[in-house]
Formats: sequence, C-alpha cells, structure tokens
Amino acid sequence: MALTIVLLFGALFINLNYLQVVRADDLASDSANARRLVAEYDSERGRILSGRGPDTRPVAESVETRDELKFLRQYDSGPLYAHVTGFSSPIFGRSEIERAFDDELTGNAPEAFARNLADLLAGRERAGDAVHTTVRDEVQQAARDALGELEGAVVALAPATGEILALWSSPTYDPNDLASHDPKEVRESWRRLNDDASKPLLNRALRESYPPGSTFKLVTAAAALESGVSPDQTFPDPQRLDLPQTSATIGNFGGSLCNGGQPLSLTQALTVSCNTTFAQLGLDLGAETLAEQATRFGFNTDWDFQLPATAVSQVPSDADPPATAQSAIGQRDVRATPLQMAVVTAAIANDGVMMTPYIVDRVEDTSGRVIREFTPEELRLPGQPNAQAISRGSADALQAMMENVVNAGSGSNAAITGVQVAGKTGTAQTGEGRPPTVWFVGFAPADNPAVAVAVVVPDVGGAGSEATGGAVAGPIARAVIEAALGTQ
Amino acid sequence: MSTSDAKLEARRRANTELGLLVLALVICLAAYALVGLAREPQLPAGLAGYGGILAAVGVGAHLLLRRVTPGADPLLFPLAFVLNGLGLVMIRRIDYALAATDASELAPSQTVWTVVGVGLLIVTLVVIRDYELLDRYRYSIGIAAIVLLLMPLLPFIGANINGADLWIRFAGFSIQPGEFAKIGLAIFFASYLAENRQLLTVATNRVGPLMVPPARAFGPVLAVWGLSLGVLVFERDLGLSLLLFGLFISMLYVATSRAAYIIGGLALFAAGGYAAYLLFGHVQDRIGIWLHLWDSEAFGAGQLQQSLFALGTGGVAGVGLGQGHPDFIPIVSTDFIFSAFGEEAGLLGTTALLLCYLLFIGRGFRIALRCRHEFGQLLAQGLVTLYALQVFIIVGGVTRLIPLTGLTLPFVSYGGSSLLANYVLVALLIRVSTDEVGARPAPLGHRAGAGA
Repeated sequence: MALTIVLLFGALFINLNYLQVVRADDLASDSANARRLVAEYDSERGRILSGRGPDTRPVAESVETRDELKFLRQYDSGPLYAHVTGFSSPIFGRSEIERAFDDELTGNAPEAFARNLADLLAGRERAGDAVHTTVRDEVQQAARDALGELEGAVVALAPATGEILALWSSPTYDPNDLASHDPKEVRESWRRLNDDASKPLLNRALRESYPPGSTFKLVTAAAALESGVSPDQTFPDPQRLDLPQTSATIGNFGGSLCNGGQPLSLTQALTVSCNTTFAQLGLDLGAETLAEQATRFGFNTDWDFQLPATAVSQVPSDADPPATAQSAIGQRDVRATPLQMAVVTAAIANDGVMMTPYIVDRVEDTSGRVIREFTPEELRLPGQPNAQAISRGSADALQAMMENVVNAGSGSNAAITGVQVAGKTGTAQTGEGRPPTVWFVGFAPADNPAVAVAVVVPDVGGAGSEATGGAVAGPIARAVIEAALGTQ
Repeated sequence: MSTSDAKLEARRRANTELGLLVLALVICLAAYALVGLAREPQLPAGLAGYGGILAAVGVGAHLLLRRVTPGADPLLFPLAFVLNGLGLVMIRRIDYALAATDASELAPSQTVWTVVGVGLLIVTLVVIRDYELLDRYRYSIGIAAIVLLLMPLLPFIGANINGADLWIRFAGFSIQPGEFAKIGLAIFFASYLAENRQLLTVATNRVGPLMVPPARAFGPVLAVWGLSLGVLVFERDLGLSLLLFGLFISMLYVATSRAAYIIGGLALFAAGGYAAYLLFGHVQDRIGIWLHLWDSEAFGAGQLQQSLFALGTGGVAGVGLGQGHPDFIPIVSTDFIFSAFGEEAGLLGTTALLLCYLLFIGRGFRIALRCRHEFGQLLAQGLVTLYALQVFIIVGGVTRLIPLTGLTLPFVSYGGSSLLANYVLVALLIRVSTDEVGARPAPLGHRAGAGA
C-alpha cells in the first residue's frame, strides 16, 4: 500500500514539474490568463498621435478606469485610424502600429533601456512612450469621404520623403469594440467582424493584392524606356493583337482602335491606355525584362515596412509570350497591393528614386524627449545596386506622359484647376460579367510633386461592369490630392 | 528495555517535537510577515496576534502531549501544525485579495477552528487512553459513521453548497459530517478486518485462474461499494465516494494480501463509475472538463483553467507570497488553495507542501508497521491511507492529473469540519504510535494480534 501511495505522489510531483516548469511559460502567457493582462494593463500604454505642431492629437490613448484592468485603450476617432493604429485587445492581441510598436508603447524599447533602469532604481512609474504617425487627419478624412461606401483602399505618400499621408481601407471597423474590458463584448465583436463577408478587419492597402490593370502600363513603359525606346517611337495600331502560340487575341477597351488605325507614339499609347501597344511591348521586351523592371520597383520582394506582414506584389518572370503580353497590361498573373502601386507612382514622381515609405516618424517619452526617429531614407531593395528604379530621363518621360493622361486622356476626372496632376487609370477585368477592379495612381503638382496616391476599388458595385478607373477612381484620387495640397 | 531507558527515549522524542514546533512557528510567522510586506512596507499589525495564538496553541499542546502521550511519534503534530499555520497564512492572504469584493473574512474563524481543533486533539488523546476502546465500540462507531454520512440528506438540516449535498446546518454552524464519517468508517473497517481476516483470506473457490474467498466474504465489499455509490448518487459527492471506496479496498488488501479484492474492487468501481457517468450529468461534466479542458464550455472548466494558470504563472520560484492573484481562482480558500500556493510559492512551495504530506504519510506507515496489535496496524494504515488518498485526489484534481472532485486539502483548506476531523485523525495516529514495538509494555487488556 505504501508503494502505491509513493507511486501516486510520484505522479503528482511529475505532473507539478510538468505544469510549473515545462508548461509554465505557455500557461503564464495564455491569452485567457488574466494575470498577464492585469500586469499589462497596470501601466499607461503610450499614445499614438497624428498631426504636427499645434494640430497634434491622440488617435489612441489609455484612460484610467476602476476595472480590474486599470487602463482602457481608447481610439478617439473610432474607425478613421483603425487600419493605421490597428487594435489592442485584451483577448485578441494587437495589429498594425499597436503591434509593430508594442515595445515603444509599453515603454520597453531597447533605446529606453538606460532610462528604464534608472526609473526602476528610483522606483518611478512611467507611462509608455508616444508614437507619432505621419498620417494627416485631413488627407485620411478625404480618403474616407471620397471612397464612401465603396470597398477599396487609398494610399497617399510624399514622394520626396516616403511619409505616408493617408492609409485607408474600406470597409473598416471600430477598434474600440475590440479594446473593451468586457470579454463578452470583445468576443462578440470579434466574431461579428470575422464573420462579416466584407472583411472589415482586412487592411486592403497592405495585405490585399489586385490585378493592377492599366496602371501597370507605367511599369511596362518604364521597362521600354530603360531599354532604349523613346517616348516618340511609334507603334502600329491593330484592331486586335494576335498572341503567339495561341488563337487568343488582345483588344482595346470597347474593341476600338487607339488612333484610328494610324501608328501611334508611346506617349499617345499611354495617354489613351492602348492595350495592343503595350501587349506588343511586353512581347518585344520579354517576361524577364518586364519582371526585372517590376522587381526594381519592389515587386516580387518582401521589402521592409513598419507595419507587419504586408503582401508581396507579383510579376512572373517565367511567363510564356501570351501570358507576358497580358502581364504587360496588368492582367493575368500580375498582382499589386495599393501600397506597392503608390510606391511605383512616388518613384516616378521623385525622378526615379524610391523612398522608403514610413508611417511612424518618431517616438517620444512623456517629457517630449525623442527616443527613436525615422528620417527619409532611400529604399534600397535587396539585390539592387541602388534606390534608382528608373533613370531620371525615363522618369521625366513618364511624368510627361502621365500629365498627358490627365490633360488629354483617360485620367481627366482627376484634373484639378490650377494644379497640374499627373496620373494613370487602370481597369482590370476580373472575369466575364464581373465588375472590373478599377485604379487610379497619380501625383501632383507635376513639376514639384508633394503627394503621390494610389486608389483601388475592386468592386464598384452599382457602377456596373462598364466602370473604368478614370470614372470611379479618378475623382477619389483628386479629392485626396486636393486634401494633401490643401487646395480645396 | 528498562523503564528509565523508555523515559529517556520519551523525553528525547518530546524535545524533538518541541524543536520541530519552533521551526514550524518560524516558517509560519515568516510567511505571514511576507504576505503583509507585499501589501505595505512594514510588518503587518496582526503578526503579534497571529504569532501569539500559534505559539500558545503549539507550545500548550506540546506540554499536554508530553504528559498524555509520552514516547509518541514526535513528527505528526509538528507536521500538522506547520500545514495548519501555512493554511492560515494563505487564508489571510486570500482575505486581502478578496477584500474589495467580499468583506467577510475567513481567517478569524479559521483561527478559532485551529484552537478548537488542537483542543480536540488533546481531548481525543485524553479520552482514548487506549485505542482498544475503539475496537470495543466498533459497531456503534460504524453505525454512527453511516448516520453521519446520511445526515445531509435529511430535511431541515441538510444543505446543498456548491452543488453537493454535503452539509448540515446545526445551531448556526454548517458542518460537513462526511469528514468525521470517514474516520469512523476507517475505525470500523480496521476492527472488522482484524477480526474476520482469516475468513476473508482463505480462498476456497476458483474463478478462472484466481483462487477467491467464499462468496459471503464479499458481502462487506459489496456493502461498502453500495455505500460509496450511495454517497455519489444521493449526495453528488464524487470525491468522498472515491475516497471511501479506495480506503476500503486498500484496507482489505493489506489485511488479506489477496489481489482478488483489488481486482474485484476495481472492477466494481469501474462498473459503478461507468454507470454513474452514463446516468449523471455532473459526472459527465467532470470527466468532460478533464479530457477537453481548453475547449470545454461546461460549468467548472474555468476554475480548473484558472488553477493551471496560477500554477504556470508561479513557475519554479513563485511570484512571491502576497503578490499573486488568488482571487482569480474560484473557491480558492477550500478546493483550490493548493493552486494559490503554486502561484505565490512556485514549484518549490508546492513541493515543500507535498513533502510535508509525504513525511506525515511515511510516519503513519511506520507507526502501522511497528504497532504490536493487528487492530492498531490496520487502524493506522487505514487512517494514513485516508489522508494520503485525500491529498492525492484533491491535488491531482486541481493539477488535472485526474478529474477534479471536490475535497479539502488536509489542514490547509479553509473549513472547520475538515480541520477538526483531521486533528482527530492525528490524535488517533499518535495514540497508536504509543503502542509500538520496543516502547513501553502493552497495557493489559489488549487482545493479541493474529500476526503478533
């Protein structure tokens, strides 16, 4: 009997060692273990601020409560900054800035180590550090208002610096619903948001890629210019372009000719978004050259961004000729995120030099001392010699073509009185009878670009299958550009 | 052994006990001070009061024990005392944690129960100078035990607390008669088995490869099986049912050395348990929670999860006394008090607690082995098995080694009935320990044991 008891107690000891040594960390950090939360919510999480100087205002802050969890995370403008700040939930973790800058917001950034050590020794308690975002209220609001009820995304950035001025994804959600201290409410909101077929939690600007359609002709044109084609070089204007190795053909929008059957220049072809010309260019350049140029713009590369897990935009380098012809007009296997198209546009606007996009420019402690600072930096992609995606000359040529698109082509809906806007429309077919994915990318003022913007609307809904990038996305881009330039 | 040698030995043992009691006191006061220091940077105001009461109770009991039970085992009382003292500290600490939501304090009443419990220990030893007395009144004790077991089912005085009918209300107190009943049953079993050992041992029938005793020898086994199932069915008390059955089977085996009883007993228990599982929702819930803890929606899954979180958070060294969150664990002062230690004192603390229990159990078996009389051997073995199984069932339950069944952790959990009953158990073990081989001659009137 004594032996049995010894065996039973032996089992108790083994089980206790298992629980308190082997599984200890898992159990201690389990999301349902309130101890972790109580400790986490016991100190004031840093604020997330938008705007500069006197306009600075918090878009996320922690307020003291009488709950067991001492500080409640509040998002003062609700859904407006949801896809910028992300959420900080007691049950479902964090996203976006709340996740990427968690160390700073909790005051535990490596840069603050010495200060924290001093605070610890002095017994001082301190709130987490404040994170400043580059997103500007008026631009963000303009993106929200212009897109309205439509599904889609807008990314606006400053071409010369890479600062993100707006990052909007629609539909969106209210992060306050997930930050509540009522577990039932949080779980219900989580279930509701995840079950919602319109995917409000998905940040389309960063993590959804779409066929870029004709906006990708900018990349094709860049590849052509870089390989010696001049803007004035002319191309034939067939009704349809026969694709090699297959009976399929490529035609233009509405089945029309681009220039009445007369040869047309590269500039003209871009202005009217001529499919046959660019498909022919794709065939002439080949898949590899096309993909190489796209890669220099950031396609096919998981380049670092401050927010986690952005999607990689794709251009295949091993496509057969018919597929290459379709790639050249942004169809088939080409996919781009709104952020990627904004970066391409900004690079063209910035004379071919890519700037690293950033959404957080500094981290300050409660006394205003800067702990971390992010300054404009060229985007040097892995495997590339420099940040020059295209030569200055090619960039100049593309800028001129894009001005033409707005002044005399498919992008007239984005024109602003008194400001020269440059841009490119895109209308990607997503299948027979399905509404197309429409785009507009552009920048302004054309001679000294202050803002570059990419707008995507993957499902124009009521606008029907005849919708085009110029008609739907153009006015949205114009509104965002106006807000950024302050010319409303 | 000469009388003077025996006296010398008795004094040596008594001094050992005193030394251990002082050590126990120091441990408990240090723990109490730590709990207080975690709240405010000065020694807690109650330290003197708590220390005074513990010291008075411990030393007072020791002085009386010297007189009442010379030469008794010197470890049992200090081990019970240190567990009781640490339990008091944790209950005080839980009072602090729950102060915001629940103003009622448990520590003061547990302190009173401690004084009463130690008093009962002395009274028991004074009344039962010779444990032969228990042998003589075995049927009265057995019947009393069964009546105690059934009392919670009576109208007017029975009360359902936490989903089990374990309580009676009497003169303003809630009493758990089952706590006393199990000691009565252990006494009865020991006595019955000491007498009927021969009959139960002789194997006359053959069932397959096993030689088994005659059918009527299984009568008592079936009776106890019925009793423990009755407890399970009518009082919904899984833990007590398991405890009683385990106790009887183990005593039968020790008395007869026949594996048939164990095999038969386990088969009966399995059959009964399976039937209960099929019939009763609360049994299904317990098993379901045990098997699928993390995705169980059943009531009660949360408390076991919280228990494991507490243990995991404690890790090896614990978060420190007074610095954890025992308030996150439901019913922490009774069933889950072990987990509260696990969080604040870590693996080191839980191991120390279990070692205290193991030491106690080891002493108990030693007493059983060295006892001159068969009744005493079986009694000591039964009582210590009862104690060990109770510790195993509750600690195994809160650590998810076995399905959770509500039992108190002896001496540590909050609860007067449990504390008093356990002090009676210690008293009986101490009494049996004075009848060991090599100690003073057996008093007259002792029946010679069959094996002695």
